[in-house]
Amino acid sequence: MVANAVLHVADVHKNFGGLRALSDVDLRVDEGEIHAIIGPNGAGKSTLLNVCVGRIKPDKGHVVFDGEVLDSHTPYEINQLGVSRVFQTPEIFPDLSLLDNVMIPAFASRDGAFKLRPFRKLRLEGDVRAEAEKNLEDVGLAALKDTEAGSLSRGDKRRLELAMCLIQKPKLLLLDEPTAGMSRHDTNRTVDLLKTIKQRGMTKVIIEHDMHVVFSLADRISVLAQGRIIASGKPEEIKGNPVVQEAYLGGAH
Amino acid sequence: MDALLLQFLNGLDKGGAYALIALGLTLVFGTLGVVNFAHGALFMLGAFCAVTFNKLLTLEQVVLDPEQKTAWGTPLEIRTPYVEAWLGDFGVFLVNYSVPVSIIIAIPVMLLIGVVMERGLIKYFYKRPHADQILVTFGLAIVIQEIIKHYFGANPIPQSAPEIVAGSANIGAWLGLEGNIVYPWWRLVYFGFSVVVIGAVFAFLQFTTYGMVVRAGMRDSETVGLLGINIQKRFTVVFGIAAVVAGLAGVMYTPILPPDYHMGMDFLVLSFVVVVVGGMGSLPGAVLAGFLLGILQSFASMNEVKNIFPGIDQIIIYLVAVIILLTMPRGLMGREGVMEE
Amino acid sequence: MTKLLEREPIALLVFSAVILTMPIWLAPLGANYPDLLQKFAIYGIFAMGFNILFGLTGYLSFGHAAFLGVGSYAAVWSFKLFTMNVLPAIAFGVLFSGIFAFLIGYVSLRRSGIYFSILTLAFAQMCYNLAYSVLTPITNGETGLQLTLQDPRIIDRMFAPAGAGLPSTNFFGILMSGYSGFYFCAVVLIICFFISRRIFKSPFGLTLLGIKSNQNRMGYTGYNTRPYTQTAFVISGMFAGLAGSLLAVTDPLAGAERMQWTASGEVVLMTILGGVGTLIGPMLGAWLIKYFENIFSAFNEATLEQTFSFLPEPLAHAAVAISGLFVGEGWHLTLGVLFMLIVIFLPGGIMEGWRRLVRWIGGGGGGKAKTDSAAVAQPAE
Repeated sequence: MVANAVLHVADVHKNFGGLRALSDVDLRVDEGEIHAIIGPNGAGKSTLLNVCVGRIKPDKGHVVFDGEVLDSHTPYEINQLGVSRVFQTPEIFPDLSLLDNVMIPAFASRDGAFKLRPFRKLRLEGDVRAEAEKNLEDVGLAALKDTEAGSLSRGDKRRLELAMCLIQKPKLLLLDEPTAGMSRHDTNRTVDLLKTIKQRGMTKVIIEHDMHVVFSLADRISVLAQGRIIASGKPEEIKGNPVVQEAYLGGAH
Repeated sequence: MDALLLQFLNGLDKGGAYALIALGLTLVFGTLGVVNFAHGALFMLGAFCAVTFNKLLTLEQVVLDPEQKTAWGTPLEIRTPYVEAWLGDFGVFLVNYSVPVSIIIAIPVMLLIGVVMERGLIKYFYKRPHADQILVTFGLAIVIQEIIKHYFGANPIPQSAPEIVAGSANIGAWLGLEGNIVYPWWRLVYFGFSVVVIGAVFAFLQFTTYGMVVRAGMRDSETVGLLGINIQKRFTVVFGIAAVVAGLAGVMYTPILPPDYHMGMDFLVLSFVVVVVGGMGSLPGAVLAGFLLGILQSFASMNEVKNIFPGIDQIIIYLVAVIILLTMPRGLMGREGVMEE
Repeated sequence: MTKLLEREPIALLVFSAVILTMPIWLAPLGANYPDLLQKFAIYGIFAMGFNILFGLTGYLSFGHAAFLGVGSYAAVWSFKLFTMNVLPAIAFGVLFSGIFAFLIGYVSLRRSGIYFSILTLAFAQMCYNLAYSVLTPITNGETGLQLTLQDPRIIDRMFAPAGAGLPSTNFFGILMSGYSGFYFCAVVLIICFFISRRIFKSPFGLTLLGIKSNQNRMGYTGYNTRPYTQTAFVISGMFAGLAGSLLAVTDPLAGAERMQWTASGEVVLMTILGGVGTLIGPMLGAWLIKYFENIFSAFNEATLEQTFSFLPEPLAHAAVAISGLFVGEGWHLTLGVLFMLIVIFLPGGIMEGWRRLVRWIGGGGGGKAKTDSAAVAQPAE
């Protein structure tokens, strides 16, 4: 294995009250790969992502991103380092237009965490606007660019959020069930979209229940069960792994 | 030492009033999710229940006595309240005890006002943003206040406590202290009264099934609704109870502070600070913070303290609120996630 | 027409024309006398500034009157100590309210929602209570801060000896009373409109709207939101301070009642009435409230009887009795009722009403014109 991991989750522990959400989680995500995390409900998948973006601080262990230890970083600092995230329940700006929704993240990655230019005209930001329109087109929402984001369907909100993350050109994109609530047609489109941006060399960590999506996208898969990583490897290795079948399917049936 | 004790006592009655108002405010906020800026108006309406009752009792009949002449040679007017003329000694008793007796009047009146307010206005605002709730109840508070001002005038209307508790109690003697610590009886009565009312509200919530549902609703009204319980009807009752508690606090406060039309607003602002300090949605927090701030305010008005920190008595409550909110993000006993957005 | 108004020079030109001709077009409404016109301009600025905070970031401050008061005191002190020229007074007013806003904002903005509202309320009440008690040497307590014959007025004395009476405020010799006072305020209002418009149409304004819409998302999008809200708070406080100093310019005295929380409530009301988050709505709300305050409080029993004299006697009596509740002293009742009606039926304020009207007339119920409503829309749960 080449040692240039973009993201390294090193021995992370997290307890909620008495509940052990994550224990001894060690995860390496290499540059440019799509790394899927699967596991039964309540396995700690979302908690793992929350640790990565600074929403939760681990009790023990570290998260290292791009050579930087993220112990005391706030969410916005982590984003500025190049981590964007799509949430399980879409986090968008419901009372702004789709175009505004995508332009706001674009300004953040261009201007940094805080830049005060209160008198600059928005009209003059043609480049950002064009870029935002292009990103909306990529996710298939260009026609709706002037509607209010809150009025979108759940699946469309997800795609909007994806566009909001993609315009930031993050080094690492974290996706929490990006296709949940989408029709089969939309799911296929999203998979295609994720495949095309794979060629741009963006590293992705994806949590997904839909095995069709997982196996058509992932380069590597880690299986999380009861807060532990029980298996990690190439898709074909995971497919035939009896431990995984036991934990994942055995638990469900 | 004596002075400290006296200041402590002085804080109790004010703290009791804060606690009672804040209790209702929290109850309404916790169950209905409504920020009610008209709650102070309910306190004021309670006080004016007492005023009205007293006015009715002291309506006088005028009899001209041709036998007796005044200095100007006109027949002497003899004025007696109707109640005395009709009921004799019992009438005299009623006039004397008008403040506590008006509790009996105030309970149904305040309940009615509360229910009408909830059904007529507040219920349409459950789903609206908090800012809208604040604004509409603020408007309502102005309306109530102005109507009261129109009918009762702008000046405070003093009410007297029953004669038996008109004087002061010598607390020092009770506690076997040397000093002569005297304290107005009525303030003691008020403190006792507030403790009883607070106790009653807690007992109601703790020991009745009705109260249990209300408490469950404070935690998670959606789930309670799903269980097939008509939470709406209970909301109305909760609002009514809150109105009654605020009204009673107002009735009993009249001998301490002569009521005027803006007393509601004055107390509301402070009570809101109390609620927030206690933690939005926490009933024990509201009571604790009410007494705490009342007593602190009382200590701050001691000359010894004022000499060190000039003006501290004017700002102590707000200062404490700022400090508590900055060190404890959710107030003394607030739950996570309430009113964060 | 609306396309044209999007262009900055045209928008400014139209706005200036409307403001500067107010004495003419308000004449039929009987509102064209200088005192009221000055108030229109000053409270327009106050509401416009409040809207930069509340309308763009969604932070509801219940203590904005404190900055109004600070601005007034600073301006009157400038008249007392230095000169009767209004420019330094305004500069001091804006500066001091800016400092106050920075400090109060720095602490209050650590919390959001109702906690923020209560913190701002607490600070404003502290200012108010202190102004009445310990700070009497600075504020002159209940009497209010006024000009006196003993004031040093250092700069003025360098050019001319003290006159016999109290001097008047002036702008390089032009006295700030009557219409000249109004035109001065009007020019300041136009400048404020320009600033406010620029902020609304800048990436900064868009960022603030993002904070209002979903502050959580802003963090994961790489924004450090605190400096943004802090800036909005300070700008908004400086607008309030400017309005406060203009109050002192047109009438050089300052009282603590200007800082009371009811005054803070009033500016919230103006903003809501006009339309939160719209560019000119809050100013319209301020005008409407000041206009009605003026008209309604001027009525008394006699004028009412005259108004209803065309009715048969018993009806006229009833009409006088009922309407008497709402005018004169009872003007606040009208205000309260108006307030409730607006919040209940028209949460978007006047601007929302206008938009609905335009849609109703123009589209015959068509749903096309829904794009620009972002700022007025109800905040999400």
